[in-house]
Amino acid sequence: MPVSCMETGQTLTAKIAGEVDHHAAKDLMAQLGREIDAALPQSLELDLGGVSFMDSSGIAVVLRSYKRMKELGGGMTLRQVPPHAAKVLRAAGVDKLIPFLN
Amino acid sequence: MKPINEAKMTFLSRSTNEGFARTAAACFAAQLDPTLDEINDIKTAVSEAVTNCIVHAYPDRLGVVSMRLRLFEDNTLEIVIKDSGVGIPDVDRARKPLYTTGGADRSGMGFTIMESFMDTLKVRSVQEKGTTVTMRRRVSRRLGG
Repeated sequence: MPVSCMETGQTLTAKIAGEVDHHAAKDLMAQLGREIDAALPQSLELDLGGVSFMDSSGIAVVLRSYKRMKELGGGMTLRQVPPHAAKVLRAAGVDKLIPFLN
Repeated sequence: MKPINEAKMTFLSRSTNEGFARTAAACFAAQLDPTLDEINDIKTAVSEAVTNCIVHAYPDRLGVVSMRLRLFEDNTLEIVIKDSGVGIPDVDRARKPLYTTGGADRSGMGFTIMESFMDTLKVRSVQEKGTTVTMRRRVSRRLGG
């Protein structure tokens, strides 16, 4: 599961591509955790534009990053959320915690 | 009602088979000419059910998961996913949103998503015998198809 990251000032942009399921989630959480801890950004932009499939494992991936950013006193946004992933994330109320932006 | 088509498969509770199972279900469902949204809903529900077998039914060993797909004349797709694992002690509780025994890695939304993405969901479980999840979804008929 590829995660590609880019830092712009205090913002870390992390792009996830591929299928986000239980099989992929563990690696994904670990990779995102490492990137956040290395960059210690003020804000995290998690770009889901390349996600071709997501089930409820994706909810835990997103919430894990959100918790880590809160611990760091920072914020988080979700970018380019595909409709199918948005449906899964909304089912858990993730949109009430984290803004979905284009 | 008699099914007009049926497919059965069994596979091991390895996490790579989550992708296999949902893709197989999507391929079978394709004969109904579903929309992309319908296909995604079906794939997601299958992924949740199979993940439950892998994470919960067989927590410390590999076991067999079976999936039966049936198609009915009224454009209903029925998916039955069955394991012979540890079973669920309290099905009503397990079906509640955010309830999980899987720790911080799991969201506890699996059954909620199966329920909301499919038309019907039935869960039968016997401890130390296993769990059977039956889901149905009627696929819309499209005009001019």
